[in-house]
Amino acid sequence: MSPWLIGFSVFFAYPLLSTVYFSFTKYDGFRPPAFNGADNWSYVFTDYPLFWPAMRNTLWLVVVMVSCRVVFGLGVGLLATKIKTGVGVFRTLFYLPYLAPPVAATLAFVFLLNPGTGPANTLLDAVGLPAPGWFTDADWSKPALTALALWGVGDLMVIFMAALLDVPKEQYEAAELDGAGAWARLRHITLPNISPIIMFAVVTGVIQAMQYYTQPLVAGKVAAGVIGGSGQQLEPGYPDRSTLTLPQLVHNLGFQRFDYGAACVVALVLFALSMAFTALLMRRRGGLIGAGR
Amino acid sequence: MSTNRTTGTLRPADTQRPADTQRTGGAHRRKAVLHWIAVHSLGVAAALFFVLPFVFLLLTSLMGDRQALTRDLWPDTWEWGNYAQVWHTPGFLTWWRNTLLYAGLGTLLTVVSSVPVAYALAKFRFRGRNLSLMLVVAMMMLPPQVVVIPMYLFWARQLDLSGSLWPLIVPMAFGDAFSIFLLRQFLLTIPDEYLDAARVDGCGEVRTLLRVVVPMARPGIAAVALFQFFCAWNDYFGPQIYASDNPAAWTLSYGLESFKGAHHTNWNLTMAATVLVMAPVIVLFFFAQKAFVEGVTLTGVKG
Repeated sequence: MSPWLIGFSVFFAYPLLSTVYFSFTKYDGFRPPAFNGADNWSYVFTDYPLFWPAMRNTLWLVVVMVSCRVVFGLGVGLLATKIKTGVGVFRTLFYLPYLAPPVAATLAFVFLLNPGTGPANTLLDAVGLPAPGWFTDADWSKPALTALALWGVGDLMVIFMAALLDVPKEQYEAAELDGAGAWARLRHITLPNISPIIMFAVVTGVIQAMQYYTQPLVAGKVAAGVIGGSGQQLEPGYPDRSTLTLPQLVHNLGFQRFDYGAACVVALVLFALSMAFTALLMRRRGGLIGAGR
Repeated sequence: MSTNRTTGTLRPADTQRPADTQRTGGAHRRKAVLHWIAVHSLGVAAALFFVLPFVFLLLTSLMGDRQALTRDLWPDTWEWGNYAQVWHTPGFLTWWRNTLLYAGLGTLLTVVSSVPVAYALAKFRFRGRNLSLMLVVAMMMLPPQVVVIPMYLFWARQLDLSGSLWPLIVPMAFGDAFSIFLLRQFLLTIPDEYLDAARVDGCGEVRTLLRVVVPMARPGIAAVALFQFFCAWNDYFGPQIYASDNPAAWTLSYGLESFKGAHHTNWNLTMAATVLVMAPVIVLFFFAQKAFVEGVTLTGVKG
């Protein structure tokens, strides 16, 4: 226990308190921090032009991306339990993208969804569907990120599959005798039985979405590079701040503008949001984290 | 075609009992066949969604410079030399070495330091146990950005270690919250009787841990090690904070994105590099499939 306690203090408690302290100071990392009251807080909330766009994007991802991922993950999990021939092959294929390193997966998707030359739009054209600009269009960049997240849904598939196979078979048999159709069985037997796992997927998904950093950052940078050429400085969150998320602001404020005080304010906003959802997770003792044992 | 063509090990929820099939004859069997076709067509469609990106990636990585900029899907000539060219890009081998160091050493330190903590949290009653567990979970949920500024200032200004991966590796020696949590969930499933038996036989706590707990927890430890390895392999934020101003300390994930910057029109080379970064993960998956799936399942279902 004790080495962990040292680690906990040095890598968690102390830095967290420092973050709180720095958020009330003017601090560039060179001159000693100087107390400036709530200046950073009012700057971030009222004058920093990137904060609210990033907040909106993060909330969009928390709501839309997470719900799409949970529904799709459940769908793929259900499908994987129904497949009878070649189960192993299908399962492996469904799972594989989850393993792709985020930077590599994002690069691949920016290429695949590249409006001019990408194969995705070639295929969409071929079947007569409209081909959007994806990562180069502010209205489509978050749906494109969602597509990337759906590609990597393998983890949820595995979790849902395990839960689905644990649903007592007798319940389905009884329902079938009562003449329940497939939809009724899903609604009245499957979903109630796996609801703790759905809850788990939602909560962890929300926490992941709030920490969403690498994919939107790399997608924005690479898509901007495709358009603007290398060396060109573009505003973060290309296109039109649509791929900016809260974690990116910590990096932008702290490590590019050396405004550590304001960066700490954003860090604490993230902290508050995360803890709110963690509290939700902890409240469901036993079911979700097994603390009751 | 009969309904008991179940080749997999899974229990399909709707397997029909043979008696049913016999009683109602052809109608049931036709329904079963249609069901089989519907499910498997959906399966193939889903498989295409998951696999086609890989296929396009590979095909583009084998095209010439100019063809990669067209809408062609199939390479005219197969440019296997793209891979050699990427491999010999200055820095690429250094990125590999750094990534292996970060992922390998980090994983080793994580496992060694997290197992005892998880053991204590799972099997001992002590004051503050529930509080400790709550702190582990809180730490696990904490976005790395929340504490990055004091951490950076500590490593870079006080210890002058920026431009290296040590600020990312050293903390692993103090236990990793996610690994501790996962291992604890696994250790809960080991019956206490085994531990009591070892103690009755005169084993000290350390020997009980090494001789009884670790061997029994091997699948959990394997899962944690794999997760940690790939977490480091995939990490972009950490190397960006600590190593971005020193290319000699870049990792594959961080270097890959800059590689794109330097070759901004060469999709073929970029995709070849992407394949080379993905490949080790996928190869390892085929060797350690069970541990992977066990780890994922453990996070969500057990406990």
